[in-house]
Parts: sequence; structure tokens; C-alpha cells
Amino acid sequence: MKYRLGIDVGGTNTDAVILDEANKLIAKCKRPTTQDISSGINQAVEAVLDISKIDPSSIQHAMLGTTHATNAIVERKGLARVGVLRLGAPCGLALPPMMDWPDDMPAHIGSNYRMVRGGYEYDGKFISRPDKSEIESALSELKELGIEALAVSCVFSPVNGDQEMEASEIARKIFGDDFSISLSSEVGTLGLLERENATILNAAILNIANNAYSAFQNILKQHKITADLFITQNDGTLMAVDYARKYPVFTIASGPTNSLRGAAFLSGLSDCVVVDVGGTTTDVGVLKAGFPRESSMAVEIGGVRTNFRMPDLISIGLGGGSLVKSDDDQVRVGPESVGYRITEEALVFGGSTLTATDVAVASGQFSLGDPGLVSKMDKGVRERANVRIKSMVEEIIDRMKTSAGDIPVVLVGGGSIIVPKELKGASEVIVPDNFDVANAIGAAISQVSGSIDGVFDVATKGRDAVIAEVKQAAIEEAIRAGADEKTIEIVDLEEIPLAYLPSNAVRFRVKAVGELK
Amino acid sequence: MRYLNVEDIEYLAIGAAVLGTGGGGDPYLGKLMAKQAIKEKGEVRLISVEDLADDDWVIPTAMMGAPSVMLEKLPNGGEPELCFKTVQGFLEKPAVATMSLEAGGINSCIPVYAAARLGVPLVDADGMGRAFPEIPMVSFSLDGVPASPMVCADEKGNQVLLRTIDNAWVETLSRAVTVAMGLSSMIGLYVMNGKTIKQSAIRGTISLCIEIGKAIIDAHSRNISAVDSILKITNGFPIFEGKVVDVQRELSTGFVRGRASFEGLGPNKGQVFDMDFQNENLIGYIDGEPKAMVPDLITVLDLESGTPITTETLRYGQRVIIIGMPCAPIWRTEKGLKQVGPRYFKYDLDYVPIEELVGGVESKEDRP
Repeated sequence: MKYRLGIDVGGTNTDAVILDEANKLIAKCKRPTTQDISSGINQAVEAVLDISKIDPSSIQHAMLGTTHATNAIVERKGLARVGVLRLGAPCGLALPPMMDWPDDMPAHIGSNYRMVRGGYEYDGKFISRPDKSEIESALSELKELGIEALAVSCVFSPVNGDQEMEASEIARKIFGDDFSISLSSEVGTLGLLERENATILNAAILNIANNAYSAFQNILKQHKITADLFITQNDGTLMAVDYARKYPVFTIASGPTNSLRGAAFLSGLSDCVVVDVGGTTTDVGVLKAGFPRESSMAVEIGGVRTNFRMPDLISIGLGGGSLVKSDDDQVRVGPESVGYRITEEALVFGGSTLTATDVAVASGQFSLGDPGLVSKMDKGVRERANVRIKSMVEEIIDRMKTSAGDIPVVLVGGGSIIVPKELKGASEVIVPDNFDVANAIGAAISQVSGSIDGVFDVATKGRDAVIAEVKQAAIEEAIRAGADEKTIEIVDLEEIPLAYLPSNAVRFRVKAVGELK
Repeated sequence: MRYLNVEDIEYLAIGAAVLGTGGGGDPYLGKLMAKQAIKEKGEVRLISVEDLADDDWVIPTAMMGAPSVMLEKLPNGGEPELCFKTVQGFLEKPAVATMSLEAGGINSCIPVYAAARLGVPLVDADGMGRAFPEIPMVSFSLDGVPASPMVCADEKGNQVLLRTIDNAWVETLSRAVTVAMGLSSMIGLYVMNGKTIKQSAIRGTISLCIEIGKAIIDAHSRNISAVDSILKITNGFPIFEGKVVDVQRELSTGFVRGRASFEGLGPNKGQVFDMDFQNENLIGYIDGEPKAMVPDLITVLDLESGTPITTETLRYGQRVIIIGMPCAPIWRTEKGLKQVGPRYFKYDLDYVPIEELVGGVESKEDRP
């Protein structure tokens, strides 16, 4: 029997699960997330191996969802000094790299950039011909400035990545083979500044990510686990650890995505609304064909604007530890919360703070701690708090739905016991088994993907030929990422006409997904 | 006269999105360029139409092309100068200022950028008082002002000069040129003197946008809705409160056409609002009856914050209030309606002003 180990590092808890070949849950556990992250992971791995009693060498794949990358950027810790090479001049000189960054960032990563000739038009023509000697001298200047990592961007590189590749080959000669180089065509989609920003952030966190992954590999080694290691990314698919070492920026915000994917797996539904309730916040997302719906908005990470493929989520300040406050006839629930101190401060645990969990226990929705401690709760307060919680969740579900009809709702997360099982807009409310470790399960069952995003001229080739071409390109990307060719399917095909001009330029975004080989 | 600083640009972009009636795309890049130019070159002087002498020449500037391409292929920075110098070659003396053609999206901010880069003032006016999809749809055009000589300049330094027989040809040829330049270009056109501007321009648009934007941001900081302030500033009317239940988009001849449907909330519970758009919002119906129509302005605002929502970002579930605002008087004339009225956009409707269509709404409801 071969097993999978799934680990998810959350703000409060680090969860670990082991699944068998049929994806049946063998063991699960929760351990507090530690300051250094690694020791929490170590404790969780140790515990879950103990519980399962399996031979560690029979674990074939290990999947980790971690917050290392996000924390480094938000807390500005241990970031590398990055040099930026942008190909595209004379285009873009009006808006140099990093111009819209938070004022405190240059102190951490510098503001060293060079803009050189190159770049493409939407149809692949050169904006200007790249000049090897210009690139060489720009890179030599960046080297003089003492940069520790390089980010390369190029106008319309999502359509053609050749110039970035050529520039990185020149950089290899100047900086040596071990130098960290990030290419924007590998990092993001159309929108030069956002893609360039993401590439720079990626270059800045390479070292931190590498150390984290090495630490994780050591933990596995200590426990005699010889599995291939994968890291979960924010679109709900996996990266092999060697690829994650090059592009750690994709791991940002993978936590909520893991919960959504876990909810899909546990409930068996591929199209539903997922309500993930933690101790302090509730995230609501939508699954479409088994994958989280992606946000169309620009996402800021630590004050830097990016265009990551983030799940479309609404978060509200409602969780198991939310404070319940009543004045006159008004009852408020959240956004303040006792968080992880719930086991000391909630009434059912002998504390003195009225929380949403106490209301749920007093209403008989769930038994936890000592229900006797809340049996005397004021009926009016209890009822009004329940009405408030219900309406908060219902409104968010309504906002997230894509059509007017009712849709199944899946409740996951440790705090979801506070949500009533009858909700307006829900065709049914499902609380699956193991709802409390949906995120780690989501990590364990993740697949691999390949995506294409570019502008194509449909006039010359014809729309059908272009669609066939982009689909094939996405499938090849997925195979490169480690997918089993037989299981690959196209899960997303978006056709975005370019407004304002009667030309036949159309933007296609395609994603192919498959099972791990 | 006043000076525009970096903060004013933030207000300008939001206010222009309110007057932009759902069109004009994401103002992010335009804002960034205008702010950067102000940081580098200093604040931009905003002058009123009255400050212009009759023989002062003004060259309006704008950007045209596909918004998603503009986000990738950023400007070089030298384009306004190219446009300005080439158009100026036709004048007996240098132009003294630039001006905006439309309120909305990127084109509220591009003229600020051009003014900062060129070191000239910006005239507090535009040619629409809102946003429209085509170059001839400006007030000056109705008064017979030719759009050409027009220059399209790209980031590579190419320029194309257009001399056309009428403004419809400007539209046709400049689009073809913009496609060839790689789907985006910066343009200088409708060169006018102070005398013509005083006759034909729609006055005060820039300061109006700033006033609206400031009202919205101030309301946010005080945690109140900005809707009432917007209505007061624009003499507008609340048309419908509701939730987006359906959005359909299709592309035809280079324009995004579509229809959005809203289910009534609060005072409009039980009613349905439908809205047709072609980049900009065109016609709004309650239960099938037209309640607002182009050229009057129809804008969708977030119900809680009053933030304008463009047609591109309309999504199921958003709770909104749709407001209608009277357009500039010039659009209500016979020639104005011929150029931008419902029939121009292929609707079999006679134009009825917003005041008549929803004038009774205010007395019927007590809005908090």
C-alpha cells in the first residue's frame, strides 16, 4: 500500500493527514503552529505517523501547504537584494520597475533596475530588437551594485518567452550557474507591472523558501520518509519541490485554496459554495469544476500589487472564537475574537467570555466542553446571536453565488460548528466527515496543472485552430509539471475579446489539470 | 485656477469613473502615470475656460486602444510631446495648454500626465461630460470643429498624421493606425482656440470629477454612504436599488455589448432592472419600461460605499444602486441626439430626459 502525507500550516494550527491509495483517511492530527513553522510541522508529522502506525517508507508523496513565503513578504524578513532587467525599451520608460512600491521596500530589496531594448507586440513582432551587448553591460552594472538575485521581465513575454530566456542565458555567464534568476513569463499573466512585481517578490524570497523546503526535507528524512515532496500553490495544484525552489511566489495564499479543494473532495461536489470557518475569520469561496473560482481583481501582497491567480474569496470576521456582545436589543457577533485562547476563555471551557461557540453549544447544535456551563444563557441573546450568524453567512453566500438558483453549501474548518444547517440560498448544507482537517486533505489530494495566457490573432489561423493550439500548449505544460498524460483534462478555457478595436485579437486563458504520475 | 497634486489624481480617477457611466476601463495605469509625472515635474496648473484668450491654442490629448494591451505595453513617456509638436506645426504660434476629451477611465488622467510632461496647464473642461466610445462623439464635433489634423504616436516614436475630409474618417483611420501600432496609441486632435473652446467645450468637468471623487473618499473615511453626496453634486436621481442577478457580454465590431439584470432590494423589492451597455451604460429599464437613456448618464454604484462599478467588473451578487444624471445640454439638442441618442445606438426609442422619466421617484420615497 502506498500513502500520501498532507500538511497545511495555518495561522493557528498545523494540520497533518495521511491518506491511502484510495484517498481514504488513515490518520489526522492538529498541532499548534510554531514561530519557526518547522518545529510545528515536525510535531504534526511525528503525531500523524504515530497514530497511523504505517511504515514511513510506504509514503509515496508528501504535500506541504505553507505560509513561509507570504510571511516573509508581509513582515519584510530576510528578503534578498534584487536587480531587475526589463526588456521593452523604448516602451515602458514612463513607468520604471518598482515605482509603485511601498516606501519601506527599497530598504529591504533595493531599487536597482535597468531597462533595455527588446519586447514584443501582442502579435509577437519585436517592439525593438534586443541588443546582446546592451544586455551584457546592464547586467554587469547590476552585478557591480551587489544584487543577490535577478528578476527579468519583458513586454508581452506571456505570449513569447524567448527574449527572457536569452537574457537569462547571458546572465548565467555573468553571475554564474548558481545565481537566482526569475523570469516573468514563468510567473504571471498579462499586465506588465503586476507580473514584474510578482517576479521581483519571487526573487526576493528564493533564499527563505529554499531554507524552508530544505528544513522540511530534513524533517521527512528524520522520520525515514523517502517520498517525493510537493508544495501546494494558490491555484489549488502542486509544484514539485525543485520547481517550488525556483518559483516560491506561487505558494502565496495556498491555505484557503487547500480548504476549498479539501471541501470538494470530502463532499464529492465539484460545483458548490464552501464556507470555511476558523477561530477568527470565515472564508467563503466558490468551486467551479472542482477548482476555486479565481479572482479578477489585482491582489496586493505586503502592499505590492500583483496579478496572481488567487482564489476569489470573501473573508468576514466571524469564527468559533468570535465575541458575542449585546446592547439593548442588538446582538453583535465578531469581528473581535478570542482566537486560539478559546479553550481557556469560552464559557463552555470554564472561561468568562461569551463566544459564538458557546451560543452553538447552548442551542444544542454541538456538544463541546461542559454544556452545563451555558444552560442558563439568556434565550433572547442566544436566539438573536443565531439569527445574526445565520444572516452574516447567508449574505456572503449570496454574494459569492454566480447565478440566482440555490446551490449546495459545504461547511468546513474547526469553527464551522457555529453555522446553522439551514441556510437561505443553499439547496443543501453539507458537513462532511473530517471537516476540521479539510485544508490538509486538500493539500494531500492536489493535482498538477499547466496554464497558457496570451493574446492571439484569430483572423489568420481561425478561432478553432487557435483554441486547439492553446489547449495543446496547456496540456504540454501540465506534463512538464509532472501530470500523468492519460488523466489530463482542460478545466478552464476563457476567451476575452479585446475591446475598442475591430481587430481579431483575442486573449485566451487555458488551464489543463491532471493527476500526479 | 488651482494646482493638481497627487491626491487630486486619486479623486479625479474615482470621479471620472462615476461620470464614465461604466466605460473607460481600469484607471490604475493612468493614475500611476499622472502621479509619477507630477512627482517628477511638479503640480499641474488647472485653468478655467475663461482664463484662455480667444487666440490661445489648445491641443487635447488622449489614449486609444485595447485596455488589456495598454496594461502590458506601457508608454514611453515621450508620446504627448510628439503629438503636441506635430499638431503644433499647423498653428501660427505654440499651443498653451492641453485638455481632456472624455471623463472616464484612463482618459481622465492621460491629459494630466501630458500637461505635467509638457509643462503646460490643463483646461478644466472636456468634450463629453461623460464617456462615449467614438472620437466624433464630442461637443466640438457638433459645432463643426474638425478632429484633424490628428496625430497618433506610439511608444516606439512612430507618428501618423491624419488629414481627413470629416470626423467619421478620423474614427475609421485612427483605429486602423492604432491596430497597426500594436493596439495602443496616444493621440492629439481637435486643436482649438480659446474662442472655440468657450463656445463648445463642456466646462468644469475636471473639477467636477475631483469634487465627486473627494466626496466618495471622505464618505469612506467617515463610514457613511457617498450616494447622496454624488446625487447632490451631479443633480442626479436614484433609479434603482438592487442586486446583480445576471450579466451577459458579447463582442461585436470591437465593442463589448451586453445586458445586466438586477433584482430589486429595499424600495424596489419585487421589481427588475435591466441595463444595456456598449462599453458604456446606454439604457435602463424597470420592469421593461425605459427609466434612463443615453445621452443621460447611467452609473452603477456599490450600495454600501458609493464606489462606481464598471461594466467589466459587474458580477452576480453585487448590491448596487443605479443612479441617473442629466447629460450636458448640448447632447439634448437635435444634432446632439442624432450623434449619441438612443437611435444612434440602434434603439427604437425617442429620447426622454431623466428628469421626466424618474422625476417622480424622489417624492415617492423617503431615502434615508
